Order: sequence, then C-alpha cells, then structure tokens
Amino acid sequence: MIARFSQLGRWFIGQLSSLGECTFFLVESVAVCFAPPIKWNRVIKQIWFIGWKSMPVICLTGAFTGMVLALQGYHSLRQLGSEAFLGPLVALSLLRELGPVLAALMVTGRAGSSITAQLGIMRINDQIDALELMGLNPVRYLVVPNLIALVVAMPLLSAVFNVVAIFGGYLLGVRVQGLNAGVYFGEMHNYVVFQDVLNSTYKAACFGLLIAWVCCYKGFKSRFGAEGVSTATTQAVVNASVLILVLDYLLSALIIK
Amino acid sequence: MISIQNLYKTYGKQEVLSGVNLEVKAGEFVALVGLSGSGKSLLLRHIVRLVKPDSGTVLVDGRDVNQMPHKELEALRSRVGYVFQNGALFDSETVYDNVAFPLREKTRMSETEIRKRVMTELDLVGLTEAVDKFPAQLSGGMLKRAALARTLVRAPEIILFDEPTTGLDPMVVNSILNLFDSAHRRLNLTGILVSHEIPEIFGIVQKVAMLHEGKIVAEETPETLRTSPAPIIDQFVNGNIEGPIRLR
Repeated sequence: MIARFSQLGRWFIGQLSSLGECTFFLVESVAVCFAPPIKWNRVIKQIWFIGWKSMPVICLTGAFTGMVLALQGYHSLRQLGSEAFLGPLVALSLLRELGPVLAALMVTGRAGSSITAQLGIMRINDQIDALELMGLNPVRYLVVPNLIALVVAMPLLSAVFNVVAIFGGYLLGVRVQGLNAGVYFGEMHNYVVFQDVLNSTYKAACFGLLIAWVCCYKGFKSRFGAEGVSTATTQAVVNASVLILVLDYLLSALIIK
Repeated sequence: MISIQNLYKTYGKQEVLSGVNLEVKAGEFVALVGLSGSGKSLLLRHIVRLVKPDSGTVLVDGRDVNQMPHKELEALRSRVGYVFQNGALFDSETVYDNVAFPLREKTRMSETEIRKRVMTELDLVGLTEAVDKFPAQLSGGMLKRAALARTLVRAPEIILFDEPTTGLDPMVVNSILNLFDSAHRRLNLTGILVSHEIPEIFGIVQKVAMLHEGKIVAEETPETLRTSPAPIIDQFVNGNIEGPIRLR
C-alpha cells in the first residue's frame, strides 16, 4: 500500500516538475523575444516555411470546410425557411470558431511536426549542445524565430482560411443551390461585426504561440535516438491539437463574457 | 588547469561515475580510455556543465564549474572547444557557414576577416574543396575534420575531443590524430581526448587515464601504461578477451 502511494507521489512530482519545466521554457522564450538581438533572417525564413508553404493545405481545407458548412447549413435553414441566413451562418461559424481552430490544426500537422522533428534531430545529434558550448543561447536561435513566425503567420493563415471558406460557401450556396449572391453577402454584412474579425485574429495568434511552445518544447526535450524523436513528434502534434481545442473553449468563454 | 574531484553520477539505478578523480595541467594533452559505456563522454560533459554531477567538483582554473553564475559559465565555454563524436555540424548550413558561424555570432569581425580565418582553418584540415558542401554530403573523416575546423577557428584554450576517430579507417584516423597533435603544438592547447584508438593515441598524448567501473584506475604516461603489469590495464591495452574485465 505504502509502495503504491510512494509510486503515485513520484508520478505526481514528476508531472509537476515537467509542468514547471515546460512553463519555464515558455517564459524564457517569450522573455528572449523582448531581449534583442532577434535573428530576423531566421524569423523570415520560418515565416516563409510556416506561412507561405502552408498555403496550399490551408486553401484546400478552407474551401471544403466552407462548402460542407454551406451544404449542411442550406438544408437545415431551408427546413426553417431561412436560407437567406446562410451567409451569416457560414461567416460567423468560420470567424468565431472554425477558421482559427482548423487553420491551427492544419499548421500543427504540417509545420509543428516538422519543427519538433528538426529540433529533436538537432538535440540527439548534439547540435543544440554545440550552440550552448559556443556561448550562444539555443532558445534565441531555434525557438524565438519559430515563436515569432507562428504568432505572425497564424492570423494571416487563419484569415486566408476564412476568406477561402466563405468563397467555398458561396460556390455551394449560390452556384450550386441557387441562393442569391446579394442575399449571401448582404446578410453577412448585416450580422458580422468587425469585432468578430478581431477576435478571430487574436485567437489565431494565441494558437500560434501555443503551437510554437508545445512543438519547440517537445523537440528540445527529445531523447534516445530516432524513436525518441518520433515519440516527441507524435506527442507534440497530439498535445498541441488537444490544447488548441481547450484554449479555443477558454478564449470563446472569455470573449462571450 | 582542470581538476575533477570525487565525481559521482547515477542514472536510474546505475552508478556510472563512482568517485572519479582526474588532474589535467595547463598545456597537457590527456587521453581518456576505457570500455564502451564506461562513462568517458559523460565525464567530458561534466567539464563544461552539459551535465551536473550528483556530487563532487569540477574545477577549471580553480573555479567550480557547477557553482559558476551564467555569465562566468558562458565565458568558460567560449574558452573551451568541444569536438563531438558525430561532429554536431549544423545540417542546414554549408561547411563554410558552419566554420564561420561562431565568428559571425561571437565576434565583431568583418566578413572579409572571417573569410580569411575560415579559409585558413579549412586549409589546415584539408577541406578547402568542400566549403560549399552540406554536412550530409561529407564522408565520416571530412565531417570530423570540419568539426575540428569549427572548434579551432575560435582559438580555444582548452579542447575536449569526444571519440573523434570512432568508425573511421586507419589512414583517416592517423590523419585526424596528426591534426590534433599539430593543433595542440601550434596553439599550446590543454586537451582531453576520449578515444579507443590504442596504441595510435599514445604518440600524441602526455598522459593516459583509464576509466573503469566508474573510477580512474590508471593515470600514467603512455610508456608506463603500455608496459604496466596490472592485469586490468594489460588486458585493455592489449585487447585480450581473457582477463579480469568482463565484457558487458
């Protein structure tokens, strides 16, 4: 019995210690962002990698999300005789929830996994230790550029996702189902306020910070060869995805309040 | 210059270092030998605080590495060159950029001066033809030489080599050991070389320390070690299968 409690205690202390380490990693990373010099060439390279190279997957998923929203929304609204509200339904669903969340999930899968794998390989090949032994702070060189790039790129990707998805909804609702284009966009204009766009941007930026935190931390803490990197990458994607949904709920609750 | 006193380190239930004592004088080049997995690389990592010990002290110039504030540790690390077993070159940068990296980041040298210094080091290790290659395009020997160039370009006072010749053919091993020897003489470096290349390393070091079962069991000149009657040393140096050392 005592042994079980002791085991439980050790597990609890281990979890608490990991949480502390993880929090300290975030605090250090954010602090270094405000302590120049920032490696701007690396930031630009990462914005190109995370932002520009994620565009195809963002556009593709955005288009189909908008289309499926319009398809389901049109049939549900028609039963109530309210097809005219398809535009606001699509736009508000996207701006308030789906746009930032789905874009963040896509970026986690495409760029977050790659960041973890790259940092993990650098860790097991002693490249991070080599940086430290040159008297350089690895966080400044490897984490900060990813963090800034994700906080900058995520709102832009989320905006692209929203625009493409609204256009996807237009294609389905107007071109396929025959809804009037003026009604689709006109009603959208009546119901969507600028605050919705701002909230969507804030959410996306928060998700960018979250992805950078989880994926960089997991990469930095990779151990034990290729299997360790593979485990870290899987954990990074799973943890970041779950945390995005949890954070989305918290942010939504905060915004609605 | 480097003094390791009563160093202990345990991983899980395994005590890897059980009271290691080792002294390295300024300008001395010491080989650290021992079975694979005996903790040689781990001991080397303690010197630059990549790992913290459970107990014991590591003194460099009389200062305890584990008690140093961050700034002092950074200053110590900038005096130390560390050649990792796998080179630890940055994958995304060319050989030239890898060697230039510490100069660009840690000095105010102009790009022209950096180019001159980098090309001099690359010439010394015979890699001037490979400046534009990426680490993945290099052979094992070239990788180690590029890593040595990146370390030496910073003109360190202390150099730590972690198995820099493992897995290379005898000709390449000798060429790399010659490079270490000439760098040591040229820059009057203090160095520790972790290696399995016995007896090749005997010609370039002043002292050999043997790590066995977590302790330094011998700290002798190469000549004394070579003729040592101690069964453990005799078995290890001559590579005998029979003897007091049991293979794990």
